[in-house]
Amino acid sequence: MTTGSERSDADTTQIRDSLLAVVRVLVPVFLALFVGALILLSFGKDPLTYYGYVISRGLFSPSGLEATITRIAPLLLIAAGLIVAFRAGIWNLGVDGQFLLASVVTAALAPVLMDSMPRGLTIVTCFAVSTAVAAAWSLLPAFLKVRYGINEIITTLMMSFLGISLSNVLVKIAFNDPSTTVPQTATLPVDERLPRLFDTTIHSGVLIALVALLLVHLMMTRTAFGLKLQVVGANPRAAVHTGLAVGKLTYATFAISAGLAGLAGSVEILGVWGTMRADWNPAYGLLVIPLVFLARFHGAATIGFVLFFAVLMIGGESASRRLGVPQYYVLVLVSLLLIFFALVEYLDQRWRKQARA
Amino acid sequence: MGALLTEAFITSLVFGAITAGVPLLLAGLGEQISEKSGVLNIGIEGMMLMGAYCGFAAAYYSGSFWAGFLFGGLGGAAVAVLMAVFCVRFGMNQIVIGIALTLGVEGLTALLHFFQFSRTYPRLGESGALRIPLLSDIPVLGSALFAHHPLVYLAVAVVFALGWVFRSTFIGFNLEAAGNKPSALDAAGVSVIATRVYAVLSTGFLAGIGGAYMANVGAGLFIPFMTGGAGFIGIVLAMLARGRPLWVLFGALLFGASLALTTALQVAGLNIPTDVVQMLPFAMVMLVLVIFGRHSYLPPALGHPYVRGER
Repeated sequence: MTTGSERSDADTTQIRDSLLAVVRVLVPVFLALFVGALILLSFGKDPLTYYGYVISRGLFSPSGLEATITRIAPLLLIAAGLIVAFRAGIWNLGVDGQFLLASVVTAALAPVLMDSMPRGLTIVTCFAVSTAVAAAWSLLPAFLKVRYGINEIITTLMMSFLGISLSNVLVKIAFNDPSTTVPQTATLPVDERLPRLFDTTIHSGVLIALVALLLVHLMMTRTAFGLKLQVVGANPRAAVHTGLAVGKLTYATFAISAGLAGLAGSVEILGVWGTMRADWNPAYGLLVIPLVFLARFHGAATIGFVLFFAVLMIGGESASRRLGVPQYYVLVLVSLLLIFFALVEYLDQRWRKQARA
Repeated sequence: MGALLTEAFITSLVFGAITAGVPLLLAGLGEQISEKSGVLNIGIEGMMLMGAYCGFAAAYYSGSFWAGFLFGGLGGAAVAVLMAVFCVRFGMNQIVIGIALTLGVEGLTALLHFFQFSRTYPRLGESGALRIPLLSDIPVLGSALFAHHPLVYLAVAVVFALGWVFRSTFIGFNLEAAGNKPSALDAAGVSVIATRVYAVLSTGFLAGIGGAYMANVGAGLFIPFMTGGAGFIGIVLAMLARGRPLWVLFGALLFGASLALTTALQVAGLNIPTDVVQMLPFAMVMLVLVIFGRHSYLPPALGHPYVRGER
C-alpha cells in the first residue's frame, strides 16, 4: 500500500515537473509575442495578421518550409560551435567575422577547384580550408586570453569587425568577378553546388549540420576531452589544480568553435548562394548566441529554438515585402524572448528557494 | 608624403578625430564607471544607439541641440534601467542581457526610423560651433581644436570631474569597493546594489549623450545601426585605461583619428577603399592589446552579480 502511494507521489511530481518545464517555455514565448503585438499595434499594424502570415509562410507553405529548413543549416553549425565554447566557459562573440571570412574563401576557391577536381573532392577541400581559415582567425583572441588573461568578449568582437571588413575587401579587390556589375565572386553553377535532398530545394548541408550538432553533443557528454572542457568551463582555477592543460584546451575550444562557424559559412555558400556578394552579412552570430543560451547549451533544445527562429526569419522576410513590417521586427522579438526567458528563469529559481526555505 | 601634410589635411584630421572621438570618449567614461563598480556593460552599444535615436528625434522636433543631448542621455539611461533591474537587482547574466538589449534597441530604433523618417531622411542643420576667441584663430590647429560644439568642451570637463570623483570622493571609493570587494562595501553599510545601479544609470546617460552627439553633430541624421561597434570600442577604452579617465580621453582621440582618416585622406586627394579604413580602429585595438595587453586591468568582481551572504 505504502509503496503504491509513494510511487504515485513520484509520478505526480514527475508529471508536475514536466508540466512546469512546458510552462517555463510557453509563458515567456507568450509574453514576448504579447509585448511584440503591442509594438506592432503602436505602428498601426495588426499583430494577428502579422503573426498568422509569418507562421503560414514560414511553416505551412511548401516553399516556405523548404526555405526554413534550408536556413537551419548555417544556424545549427554556428550553434554547435557556440555550445562547445560556452560549455568550456569561452565567450566567442566573433562568429560573424569567422563566418564571412570562411564564406569568401569558399566562394573564391570553389569555382577554381571545380575545373580540375571532381565535385566531392572540391566540396571537402572547401570545407577543410574554410574551417581552417575561421579557426585561424580566432587564434589571436585565444593567444591573448591564454597569455595575458584578456577577456575574449572584447577581442573576438574586434576580430569580428575586422573580419567583416576584410571579407568585403577580399570580395571587392582580390576575388572580384569582372564580368558582373555588382562586386561579387565568380558564380558556381547550380549543378556544382551541394547536392539537393530528394526533389526539394533543401541542400545536404542540413544533414551535415545535424550530424555536427550530434557529434558535438556526444563529444561534450561522452568523451574525456568533453569532460575536460566542461571542467575548465565550470572552474578554470580548479582545472589548473587538477593538472589540466588549460592553455591547450582553450586554444582547442576557440579552434573548434570558430571552425564550425567557418563551416557554416562554407555550407551557406556551397548550398545556397554559389557566390559571395560584397557587403553580404546575414549577421547570424549575435542572433544564434541568445538561442544557444535559451537552450541552456543543450543540443536537442537548440534544434527546437533554431527551428522556431528560422520560421520567424523566413516568415518575417516575406512579411516585410507583403505587410510592410521591416525585418528588424524579428530582432525586437528575439530580444523580448531572451529577456522574458531570463526573467521567468529568475522568478522560478526564487520561488523554489522560497519553497525550500 | 609631403603632399599629405598640408594645412587642410592636418586641420581636417584633427577636427575629425575630435568629432569622431567624443562619442567614444563618453562611452568609454560611462563604461569605466560601470566596470569600476563590477558590471561589465555589454549593453552599452544599445544605450548609445538609443541615445542616437532619441537625441536625433528630440533635436529634430524641438529644433534644439541641447534638448537632443538631454533626451539622448535619457534614452540611454532608459535602456540602462533595464540593464540595472535585470543584471544588478536580479543578478541575471550580464552578457546575455547586454546582447539582448543591444539586439532589441537595434531592431526598435530601425523600426522607428523606418516608420518615421525613411521616406524623408530629414537632416539637422548646423550644430552651432562655439569658436573660442583668440585660441580658435591660431593657424592650422586653432580651428581644429577650438571651434567645436560646446558639448565637446563639456565632455573634456567630465574627464577631469570624473578623475576627481574617483580619486577623492566617497562615491569613487564606493564604486571601487563594489568592483573589488563587494562584501566589504556591504559590511561597511553601503548598498552594493544601489551603488551598481547608479553606476549603470550614469553609464547609460553618458553613452546616450555620446550617441546623440554622433547622430546630431557627427552625421546630422539618424541611420539604423549607426553606432556600428562604437560602444564596444568604449568597452576596450575603459579596459585599457585601468580606471583613469584621462587615459580614456587619449584613447578616444587615437581611435577618433583612425576613424577620421578616411575623410582626411579624401581631402588630401587619396582614395583608399572605405572597407580598408574601417578596419583601422579595430586593428588598432588588437595591436594595442597585443602590445599593452599585459597591462589591461579589470576589477576582480567584474561580471559577477552580488548576492549577500554568498561567497
